[in-house]
Order: sequence, then C-alpha cells, then structure tokens
Amino acid sequence: MTFDIFVLPFFIGLLFLLTVLFVKFSRWIALIDRSGRRKIGYGLFSMQIFPATAEVFMECLLHRRMWKQNKLLGFMHMSFALGWFLLILMGNIESRVYSGGHINPPYYPIFLKFFVHDKRVLPFELNTMPGFFRFSMDFILLFVLTGIVLALFKRIRSRWFGMKRTTRQSSFDRWAITCLWLIFPMRLLAESLTASHHGGGGFLTNSMGDVLASILPDNFLTSTAYISWWGYSCVLGIFFITLPWSRYMHIPTEVVMIYLKHFGVKSGKTINSFSEIEMRACPRCGVCIDVCQMNTAQKTFSTPVYFLRSLRKKVPVPIVDNNCLLCGRCQQVCPVQIDLLDLRVASRNLDNKQIDKIYSYLPADVPDSKGINVLYFAGCMGHLTPSVKKAMLKIMQAANVKYRFMDADGSICCGRPLMMAGMNNAAHSVMEKNRQIIHASGARILVTSCPICYKMFNEEYKLFGVEVLHHTQYLLRLAEAGSLWLNQSGLSVVYHDPCELGRGSAVYKEPRKLLKRVARLVPVAEEKENALCCGGSLGDFSMDHYQREQIRDAALEVLTRPNPDLLITSCPLCKKTFHNGTDINVKDIAELVAEQMDLPEPVEIDAEELAY
Amino acid sequence: MQDSASRFGYFVSPDRQIDFDRNNHEVASKVAAAEPGLNWCISCGTCAATCTAAKFTDFSLRRIILQVKRGELKGLAREAQKCMLCGKCQLVCPRGISTRNLILQINRVLQSENL
Repeated sequence: MTFDIFVLPFFIGLLFLLTVLFVKFSRWIALIDRSGRRKIGYGLFSMQIFPATAEVFMECLLHRRMWKQNKLLGFMHMSFALGWFLLILMGNIESRVYSGGHINPPYYPIFLKFFVHDKRVLPFELNTMPGFFRFSMDFILLFVLTGIVLALFKRIRSRWFGMKRTTRQSSFDRWAITCLWLIFPMRLLAESLTASHHGGGGFLTNSMGDVLASILPDNFLTSTAYISWWGYSCVLGIFFITLPWSRYMHIPTEVVMIYLKHFGVKSGKTINSFSEIEMRACPRCGVCIDVCQMNTAQKTFSTPVYFLRSLRKKVPVPIVDNNCLLCGRCQQVCPVQIDLLDLRVASRNLDNKQIDKIYSYLPADVPDSKGINVLYFAGCMGHLTPSVKKAMLKIMQAANVKYRFMDADGSICCGRPLMMAGMNNAAHSVMEKNRQIIHASGARILVTSCPICYKMFNEEYKLFGVEVLHHTQYLLRLAEAGSLWLNQSGLSVVYHDPCELGRGSAVYKEPRKLLKRVARLVPVAEEKENALCCGGSLGDFSMDHYQREQIRDAALEVLTRPNPDLLITSCPLCKKTFHNGTDINVKDIAELVAEQMDLPEPVEIDAEELAY
Repeated sequence: MQDSASRFGYFVSPDRQIDFDRNNHEVASKVAAAEPGLNWCISCGTCAATCTAAKFTDFSLRRIILQVKRGELKGLAREAQKCMLCGKCQLVCPRGISTRNLILQINRVLQSENL
C-alpha cells in the first residue's frame, strides 16, 4: 500500500508551494540587472559556492546569530529549522530502507508510519538499520516538539528569550503559525495512535501509543488514527499554501539571498529586484524592535520589521520611511543580515525622487592650490563647532603639515544628507562640485572632521589617488609617526562611537588608540558595534526636537554612568547634541589632543647635547 | 509700457498691497499638516544666518517660511529647491523645528501643486 486519499491535501499544498516559489523566484532573478545576472552566472561555478553553503547551514539551520542574541531563542529556532530538516532528510533515507532503495513519491516518507508497520524491531534496538532510524526519527520529533513548547512559552515570557517586545503578527501570519505549531503535535498523535494498535513505534510514539491504548477503547483508536493522519496532512497543506504570503516566506528567500550576496549581488540606492528578495527574507523575528532607540521617544511602528511590512505592500508610507535615525543598530543585530539602511534609503527614494533641486548657484571656479599634501574639510557640522575646527588647524600647524582648509569660508555640503533622503541625483550634483575642488587641490590625503562627510567621501566619491581619513585616523597617524608629542593627561574619559564612524565605517580602533595616549579610557556599557545614537542624526526626517532630546538623554545616561571627567566623541554633530544635555564636559577627540600637545623639540639640540 | 518722456515724469505705480484673503493658503495648511514645525517658527532668522547655501546664493529659509505662511508663492518653488539639506539650521533653530523635513515638505507641496 503506497497511496491513500488522505495524502492529497499535503501533496496539493506542496505542488502549489513549489509552483508559486518557482514563479516568484524566477521573476525576481530575471528582473535583476545585467551585471547582477552575470555575477550570479560566475558565482554559481566559483569557489563562493562553498562559503555560501556553509553560511546557509550555519544561519538557516543552526541559527548562529540567534544563538548570539539569546541561547534560548537560538535553541528554539534551531530546533524548528534543524529538526524539521533532519526529519525530512532522515525520513527520506528511512523510506528508502523499506522501499528497497527506490525513489518514493514525496508523500511516502512523510506518512511512512501509516504505510509501514514494522513490528519486528523494538523501540531501543539501535544496532539494526530500521531500529536506528526509528529511534532517530522519534528523537528528532521530540527535538522539534521542545521547540514548539518553547515557542508557546515565549508568548507568555518573551523576556526569558531576551526580547522585551515581539512583533505584532498579521492575520496571514497567524494562520501560518497556527498550522506550523500543529504540524508536529499532529504527527506525534497520528504516529502514536497508529503504533497503539499496529505496533512499530519508536521510544516516543510507542510509549505514547501504549498510554493511549490503556485509556481509550480499541475501535476508537483505529478511527481516530485515520482522522489524525488526515489532520496531519491538512495542516501541512494549509501551511504550504499560506507560506508564500506569510512570514515563513523567509525560509526559502533567505537561502536564495545568502547565495546571491555571496555572488556579489547588492541592493542599490533604489528599490530593485534584489531588494524584493531582501524584504521577503525578513522572518519578522522582532530582534530589531528592542534595539531601536526610537522606542525611548515614541511608540513606534517604523522599526525595520514594520517598515519592511509597509515596503512589501508597495505603497510608500513616508511617515514610516522617514521615522528612522539610520543609526544602524538594527542592521547590526539582524539575524538575516538584511541591508536595512540601504532599503530604508531606497524607499525614501520612492518618496522623494520627484522633488527637484537646483545647485547651479554653486561657484564655477575651482581654487587652485598646488604644493599641499593634506586637504582639510571641516564640513557643515564642523563649522557649527568652531572649537573642533580650531583644534584641528592648531594641531596641523604644530605638526608642520602642508595643508589647505578646503572649506575655510563655508563648505559645500558633502551630499550625504541628500542621499539619506534618497535624493541621489541631487546628491550627485553637489558631489561633482566637491570632487572638482578635491582633485584640483593636488592633495594626497583628505582629512575630514565629520564622520558623515567621511563616510560619504570614502564610499561614494571614488576619489582615485586621494586617501580619505577621518581626523581620528589622521591624528593617530601623526602621533605614531612622531609628528605630535602628546602628554598623558590622566583624565578619565568615555568615548562615544558616532554611528557613521563606528557602525557606518567600522572605525573603532583608531580613536581608542589615540585616546589612550592622552587620557585614561573608561569602557561604557554599550560601545563599538552596540553604541547608542546621540539622537541628533541627520537620518531622521520626522522626529521633533523633544523626541530627539529623549533619545539623547537615554544615551547620555549610559555614557555618563562611569562618571568620567570628559565625554569624548569624534563627531561634531554628536558633540553639539550632547553638549546641552549633560553637566559633564563634552569634547571632540581633536580638542583633547590639541590641549595635550607639546611642540616637538628641535632635533638639532639633541644632537649637540649628544656631541658634548 | 510708455517711455518716460510720454509719462511727463509721472506714472501710477503698480499696486503693492498684499491681499492675504486672495493669497493661496492651501500650501501652508498642507505643509503644516506634514510638518507642524511651520507654525512654531518665530522668524528669528538664525536658520538663514547659518545656512550653507546662503554662502553662495540668495537663499533664506526664514523668508521661504514667511512666504509660505502668507501665501506669496510666486517663484517660491524654485527658491526652495536650493537647499542642500545639510541640517545646520535644524541644530541652531531655537524652536527646535525639524527644518529639513519642513523644507522637503515645502518642496513636495509646491511641486505637487505645480506652483
């Protein structure tokens, strides 16, 4: 007997799912631009396939990043994913044992215990092939069931799983999750009831069958067994049919996304076909909700999980798109590593792309200044904090740097604020002007005081032959080369990582190394990748001043907890934001260096002293 | 227009009275709905004083806000397109207005109204 009518709901659901997935994915991949398709073509036959497969195993099955987030959360996800995967894999091999190695119809391994009742093996007989499989299949089923118990428990005590807030589910997701949670208990019930009168169960199903047989009448057992097989098939079928429109679409999409990412396909500044894949790879786990600092200022529904939900609906909602600091804390913790910031900016492009901008008023002549090595750019924010700018000029004069102050009388914006608004064309016309000025200067190094400008010059400008440095990097280089003589002040300081310099550009080491030369650096609770945003970010377009102040105060609370002498940052915008919120003196790293700097002693004097 | 000789040195100057009742207030209400900061502005002009674009051209957020409020929209769309969104005005604004959003909303409304 290899067929029964009850397998149809499962079988139809599976066929439907596979068809929908095939149509959806082939459309998305067909819409990827030519260079992207070429990358996929090369990638499929390159060595990239191995690390990509390893990542699929680590993330989609083991859920490594979830484990990092919280052990219980990691185990819950792993038991579902790895457990189900193993059930399918082992079930397939087990079914081959009984069918003599033939390939079976897809429903056969799933409902194997209905078709085959092998009474010869005992539940704990591990040394024979059927016995081994029977034990493993029950063990894996138990593994998945623990995941379901944990998932139910998470509904009551999500804090135990490291989550204060969880995602609000859409109605479609509720259908899918109910079916998913029913699948494995239904399997257990069906297999146990069958084992109760046919025998041939594993340690779990057999013992549960015995218990059921002792309390329920015989004729009842046989009829309910058949009904529960129907139920098992139906929940599987409904789950498969709802899957492409529910949160569980992330299961196939994440796999495809990981491969495409390894092949070098990227999301761009506008919504493209890869963004369509990325926005569906979101599992709505809600890990991004708690880390979002908007929570301190408002009851927000623009955290990434909800933002992606609105993005999938294809109707731009500017309020949701704009309500984000672009600090990047969500992207840091996202277990799927979706490019959340790129998607956010790309969706703003949909909102704002029709807005024209005119920059024809920018000066046509480009100042020519040969014979300099370093071009210094204070940036718009640098001009709002003159102390930073003055400190930098003082240091560069003391170190005998041949520099020119690029924006001494007013800067042209670097274009990043426009890019954050998704206005790429406008940003490019501003960038073009700055690019001309930088190239005409003949400088080899461009030093900027503002991390926002730094990220922009570094990533978007493509300045060939010009090295872009943030002043923390440049000052460290000067100090290490012996051009600056720094005194250890002995002051205890905390360092605030600006979003654009830290998570945005991965510059964590240099500012800390530099600070240790001039002060005693005290660690704070949330730093480096987990650093808090000051609340002043130019990324947000919707918050008012008072909400920003709440975010600032929450960040200051963490930063000033060690009660330092100074709060040091390396972003003029962070400095300006923090300045009004605390009694502790807020300084830029350049100011502290300028204060603790000695003029280098002339080398000739040393030589004379040695001669005597 | 007649030349000055035929005007005998006298002419009637065009009407310079601003009639608020006839001006277009719809833009102001639409902008204020999207960014309430429009109504908090006290026209102190700090934004215009610190402006990056004003370094290079005749551009003033203060004037734009006043014109939007008064409904004097002639040539305003083009004027408002000069902003680089750098955010200096937002940091210096004593009323804490989200000026970057304000100017974006002004851009958006003026452009959608085809003014």
